[in-house]
Amino acid sequence: MKESLEKKRGKGTHKSLLPPGIQKDIQADAIVIGASAGGLRAIGLILSSLPASFPLPILVAQHIHPDMNSLSVTLMQEKCQIQVQEGIDKEPINAGVAYLAPPNYHLLVECDRTLSLSVDERVNFARPSIDVLFESASEVFESRLIGIVLTGANKDGAEGLKFIKANGGTAIVQDPNTAEYDAMPKAALEATSVDFVLPLEKIAPALLTVVGQRRQA
Amino acid sequence: MNNRAEIMNDMAVHLKAPAHIPDRELQRFLDQVFDKYGYDFRNYSHASLRRRLRHRLMLSGIDDFGDLEAKTLKNRQFFNTILLDLSITTTEMFRDPAFFMAFRDEVVPVLKTYPSFKIWQAGCSTGQETYSLAILLQEEGILDRGLIYATDFNATALEQARRGVYPTELIKQYAAQFHRAGGKGPFSQYFTSRYDSVLMDKSLRRNIVFSEHNLATDGVFSEVQIVICRNVLIYFNRTLQDRALSIFHQSLGRRGFLCLGAKESLLLSSHRRDFEVVRENERIFRKKTG
Ligand SMILES: C[S@@+](CC[C@H](N)C(=O)[O-])C[C@H]1O[C@@H](n2cnc3c(N)ncnc32)[C@H](O)[C@@H]1O
Repeated sequence: MKESLEKKRGKGTHKSLLPPGIQKDIQADAIVIGASAGGLRAIGLILSSLPASFPLPILVAQHIHPDMNSLSVTLMQEKCQIQVQEGIDKEPINAGVAYLAPPNYHLLVECDRTLSLSVDERVNFARPSIDVLFESASEVFESRLIGIVLTGANKDGAEGLKFIKANGGTAIVQDPNTAEYDAMPKAALEATSVDFVLPLEKIAPALLTVVGQRRQA
Repeated sequence: MNNRAEIMNDMAVHLKAPAHIPDRELQRFLDQVFDKYGYDFRNYSHASLRRRLRHRLMLSGIDDFGDLEAKTLKNRQFFNTILLDLSITTTEMFRDPAFFMAFRDEVVPVLKTYPSFKIWQAGCSTGQETYSLAILLQEEGILDRGLIYATDFNATALEQARRGVYPTELIKQYAAQFHRAGGKGPFSQYFTSRYDSVLMDKSLRRNIVFSEHNLATDGVFSEVQIVICRNVLIYFNRTLQDRALSIFHQSLGRRGFLCLGAKESLLLSSHRRDFEVVRENERIFRKKTG
């Protein structure tokens, strides 16, 4: 699977093969995922491919209609081995749990690694906003954060991913050609240099590779 | 807001490194602001504060957080800008209609048994929530018996609340939420339209008192039958949440009701045993006796 990872260096240049050993410097304590249109399916696919023992917390901002409520959490949990729950204000972040931002709230990370919710104005017309989650997580986890931008029809997440990169974190973007809506992955690729551009089904295996390696180290 | 976001995006392009604000520096800044101006943000959610301050850095073209701190302490006017940045006033009429519906079902019947009652609404922002409450009580025929103390620490927001003038473009959404909250007649009976704004009806205003109160530094307000404080506690850390909940507990009379925001809970607080749950999802609690 190593061979299948694609590495993108600099703006607009795709390199088709992951150079050997590229993963050695990826050290992560948390993963943040952002998705919009088409995202529930995409997120579901990633989360359902992770084992119950997955050792990192995952924070998710999915644009969703405010009335959808917690339905998506229930649906997601049914498919997944890892625990899926709505992010609760001031609750500690635990490994192996995926926290979804509640509809109509931004999800943020505090220095003591607890969650905060906010009703600040929409960012990029969105609440939850991916940029808001990514930036606040990046300030706490700094280089030890992996940010993933998936399908979507806007450009939320691009600034956040850039912020993650500037703080030394790792950026993964869903290959726009395989995304249900390609605007959001494209905007992310425009905004910053990205470590991996991957088709959807390769993202979970990539995470397992990175994390597996970390555990041996 | 969109403009602002776009400006920020543009400016971000020119930034070499992201404006990263270390927690140590943030704490020092908050200490100094408290010493100098008496506003205590030390126990607010730092993640949220940091986001607002980062935006201010970008908007004012300041690279270094230390420079922002110096300017804030030197320049009272600039501090006022910071103060507005740090107080998030986003609000709506009948936000979370299910809450108002539940309030009708659970709280109003009790209020109807009282000859008179007082409600403290803390963190009323620009007044939309307050007018929503007044409209609901009017519909239920008990507004005249009630007194609503609506408080906030943001004087600018309170000023807007007193005026009761809102952009017409928001009314459609407000009206929809009013009906989903169980509102009956036409929503338009509660305001008069002007060009691009509406003015809330004077009759709603009669029993509302808007005043300044800071949940971080001020004490018990008055004895009331109901406390409503929604979407304020999420901006506080646990310490400050507990402080506010203590004040609410002390202010509430026997068997008083406490109403919180949809994602705020007593579960993690030291006060969970002082209240019983009336409506779990709509966050309505009631003070226990004894
Ligand atoms: C997000 S608004 C919520 C408005 C309204 N309650 C609602 O739910 O729509 C939060 C409000 O809390 C106020 N606030 C923040 N800190 C406060 C404090 N220490 N004391 C009083 N009000 C405060 C802010 O000024 C703002 O108006």
